Amino acid sequence: MDLAERVLAGDKRGVARLISLIEAEDEDAFVQLGKLHSRTGKAHIIGVTGPPGSGKSTIVDRMAKAFRQMDKKVGIIAVDPTSPFTGGAILGDRIRMLDLTLDEGVFIRSMGTRGHLGGLSRAASGAVKVLDAFGMDIILIETVGAGQSEVEIVSHAHTTIIVEMPGLGDEIQTIKAGIMEIGDIFVINKADRQGADKTAMEIQAMLGLNPEKPEWEPPILQTIARTNKGIDALVEKAMEHYDYLKKSGNFENILEQGIREELEVLIKNQLGRLMGQVVDRERQDEFINKIMEKELDPYTAANILMENVKGKLCDGD
Amino acid sequence: MSERKIRILIAKPGLDGHDRGAKIVARALRDAGFEVIYTGLHQTPEQIVETAIQEDVDAIGLSCLSGAHMTLFPKVTKLLKEKGIDDILVTGGGIVPKEDIPKLKEAGIDMVFGPGTPLDDIINYHKEQIRK
Ligand SMILES: Nc1nc2c(ncn2[C@@H]2O[C@H](COP(=O)(O)OP(=O)(O)O)[C@@H](O)[C@H]2O)c(=O)[nH]1
Ligand SMILES: [Mg+2]
Repeated sequence: MDLAERVLAGDKRGVARLISLIEAEDEDAFVQLGKLHSRTGKAHIIGVTGPPGSGKSTIVDRMAKAFRQMDKKVGIIAVDPTSPFTGGAILGDRIRMLDLTLDEGVFIRSMGTRGHLGGLSRAASGAVKVLDAFGMDIILIETVGAGQSEVEIVSHAHTTIIVEMPGLGDEIQTIKAGIMEIGDIFVINKADRQGADKTAMEIQAMLGLNPEKPEWEPPILQTIARTNKGIDALVEKAMEHYDYLKKSGNFENILEQGIREELEVLIKNQLGRLMGQVVDRERQDEFINKIMEKELDPYTAANILMENVKGKLCDGD
Repeated sequence: MSERKIRILIAKPGLDGHDRGAKIVARALRDAGFEVIYTGLHQTPEQIVETAIQEDVDAIGLSCLSGAHMTLFPKVTKLLKEKGIDDILVTGGGIVPKEDIPKLKEAGIDMVFGPGTPLDDIINYHKEQIRK
């Protein structure tokens, strides 16, 4: 049995191994994902993002339990940052999800950001597909709302939940920059602490700056994840948002947009590899010298090299 | 294809409430470029094995200070065996008396790191064993 078959047969080790291959950008991973494609599309994908320590993992744990109560199977992808200096990472989100470990209807996978541009979102969206084909009804993705790639990941989710906590005035400023736009639901967790109402008002004010009245007005909820308070309301809102997407036709738009982007990335990657094969490197080196000596300009040089490439491509080799 | 990362689960089976040592090892492994899945205190052998499966780790590092290592460590290797898993390296650390080490090795623990083992030894051992 190959890995795709093992995933479809419900083999957890097959799922785990395939995700590793995807992370390593192994060629076979794409072959296996290709085989799984027709079996994907059934899961509701929910992104959970926000600053470190705001309670994302705890919320994911509590939401997963609520979904399990409804007999839905839950996949979780928990992303933590990789150290840019050592390449290592401590992936500790599972500490908040220990009761889920032995639940047959739950699969949790921790991932490091691993630093390569766009690589993380490729790996995470690959892992989402695997969990989808594996039969998970709900897929929760946790990322730290910091870098571009994290924003990218959650932007591929159907429903994006942004978690804040009281008393992070400055934090909200930084979060606002890239992330406010993609929030479908805002959560102020740790509402047992002072200042939750104030934070809610700040977010409300920021959302109010949007001149267009959106079809879906992002609700701002308060939770105390530690004691499960407000989690049912959050889960309900997430499902409501999914229904809204389906009914409004926006679901198809997101899907189409996602596929368009994915195809473009795949083609660009192949073109990049092709470039290595068809560009005349010797000639390129020769041109680089000439450009340094001011005998040639880079624009003309690029055109000449491209003429050559086009010639080669049309010859069919 | 990007370089292969070593993934290791650091887990503390049993009831003792000390995870300082485990945390120090976890940080050292991270600084050596490993991806460390850290699950904190009070893990049952069943939880440890299930986590290792889902996370597709190359190695499991068990830490135990309560003296229950002779039951808990072999329980982990036994569960792995039952599930047909033979490609995960299992090591133990914590307070393990010398005379217990042969018995643990017999039970399938690949290596035991006694108190005071230099962190570099732990790192190098994993690099050598896993790159093989
Ligand atoms: N006071 C309080 N603490 C919480 C709440 N939810 C989570 N925490 C704690 O906040 C800390 C960070 O939580 P975690 O879920 O790991 O946050 P993450 O870094 O965003 O994933 C942990 O110690 C949690 O127990 C809450 O509602 N109130
Ligand atoms: Mg977390």
